[in-house]
Amino acid sequence: MSDTGERARARFEPPVGAESGPFWEATREARLLVQWCTACDRGVFYPRSFCPHCTATGSVLEWRAASGRATVHAAVVEHRPEAAGATFSGGEPYCVALVDLEEGVRMVTNVVGCPPGDVRSGMAVTVTWEPLSDGRQLPLFRPAGGDS
Amino acid sequence: MDRVGRTLRGAAAIVGVDDDVSPTGDLDRSGRELEVAMVLGALDDAGLTLADVDGVCHADSAVAFAEYLGIHPVFTDSTMTGGSSYEVHVEHAAAAIAAGVCDVVVSVYAATPRSDRARARPRVRRAMAGPNPMVEWDMPYGLRTPMGPYALAAARHMHEFGTTAEQLAQIAVSTREWAALNPRARYRDPLTVEDVLASPLQVSPLHLLDCCLVTDGAGAFVMTSAERARSLPKPPVYVLGTATCTDHAGISQMPDLTTTPGVVSGARAFAMAGLSPSDVDVLMGYDSFTITALLHLEDLGFCAKGEGGPFAAEGSLGPGRGPLAMNTNGGGLSFTHPGMYGMFLITEAVRQLRGECGERQVDGAQVAVAHGSGMLLSVMSTAVLGTESTL
Repeated sequence: MSDTGERARARFEPPVGAESGPFWEATREARLLVQWCTACDRGVFYPRSFCPHCTATGSVLEWRAASGRATVHAAVVEHRPEAAGATFSGGEPYCVALVDLEEGVRMVTNVVGCPPGDVRSGMAVTVTWEPLSDGRQLPLFRPAGGDS
Repeated sequence: MDRVGRTLRGAAAIVGVDDDVSPTGDLDRSGRELEVAMVLGALDDAGLTLADVDGVCHADSAVAFAEYLGIHPVFTDSTMTGGSSYEVHVEHAAAAIAAGVCDVVVSVYAATPRSDRARARPRVRRAMAGPNPMVEWDMPYGLRTPMGPYALAAARHMHEFGTTAEQLAQIAVSTREWAALNPRARYRDPLTVEDVLASPLQVSPLHLLDCCLVTDGAGAFVMTSAERARSLPKPPVYVLGTATCTDHAGISQMPDLTTTPGVVSGARAFAMAGLSPSDVDVLMGYDSFTITALLHLEDLGFCAKGEGGPFAAEGSLGPGRGPLAMNTNGGGLSFTHPGMYGMFLITEAVRQLRGECGERQVDGAQVAVAHGSGMLLSVMSTAVLGTESTL
């Protein structure tokens, strides 16, 4: 299920960066991809044509399916959505978090499916998807072990 | 020791400063008119004129500003690192002067976000040039900037080290004690920890009173060679050590949420100065948020990593309390914060080292540090400044 609220609540929709086309295409099928550097065997985020860990370039960087499992590194609650220019929560406080994917990369996301103030560093979370207007989906996270 | 050496130590000095703020938060002048007033004011303070200036620093475009002034500088620097831009300008200007590239450099800043809003002036937005991954990867999630990333750092600091909201609040309280001694400060009424905690949560764990002001403000500094400085009317404030470090732009790319690149800039600046934190009389540490100042205390070595909370909670950073005076003008939290506050770290440090600060003067101040924080804890720049006696 989608536990992310109603589609009617508009969200700022991400542009597709010059090097992140495959990431967003995969979201149409609810697949979470991360770039992987086969030269140094490490994940790369955000997508690029260059490995910031080992300086490798080009085809050594490949796209891999991520497990969708992650751990919350830090979480905060936005108490004034209007000040953040965010309408997707319908004016309610929401959680913004940095999560560490199992593949070793860190991304900004929203943790949904629980009260925003309940999200803690160290919490296990799993990916969930919110449809965007063009068929892409935005990866969000929810507490692991809950309904899926 | 790497190439830091002591190559810039004592080579250049700040010889003139000016700034303009108001207790109302509003200024009548704005834009180029205000910038020019600051430049001329700082030059007058230095006993110099525009004809002496052969170097210009401006965080938007030093070229356009030099044209407006009608001068033809041999050195320009348009480095824009957010709030730390003016500490970076100190570094670059000192290096240029030490290398003989130029002789008299002026850096200027003016912003009037408060009166711009009231008068419906078009808003000036300083946008990043080139691709900005934050638009794609952070904005969709409603991460409010700049506050959200700082709140994430605070939340992680609380998780790792047990730092409390009360400890963070004490930084705002101690800073307000200084502001009470500054007639130009925006807010001077006494503040308590309870007041801070009772102010509305913004991005938790940060409350409204954990956050800097939004005011109008402007300032400028003039730097020249140590040799020329000695011929000018005011006591020179020497650049003893200066360094900058950048480690990310977006918060997901910050290597360690609780350790800023100030660890690097601070160590390098102190090494160049041949000084340590215990030598510092006045710390002007960029306080965009209470957590920002707390991280500076740790990363510059005034206390150990993780101990910033208890260190601040002692309340010894306020007036008349302890060996270290922090943010004696009242800081971005209570004095002024027009957006890129780093210029005011420099103007206050210089005035403290000249003994010009009146009621808030730190007795016998010889060494001051202006430590700028730019963007989202992204770019730290440290300037260790000292009086003639420190050379």
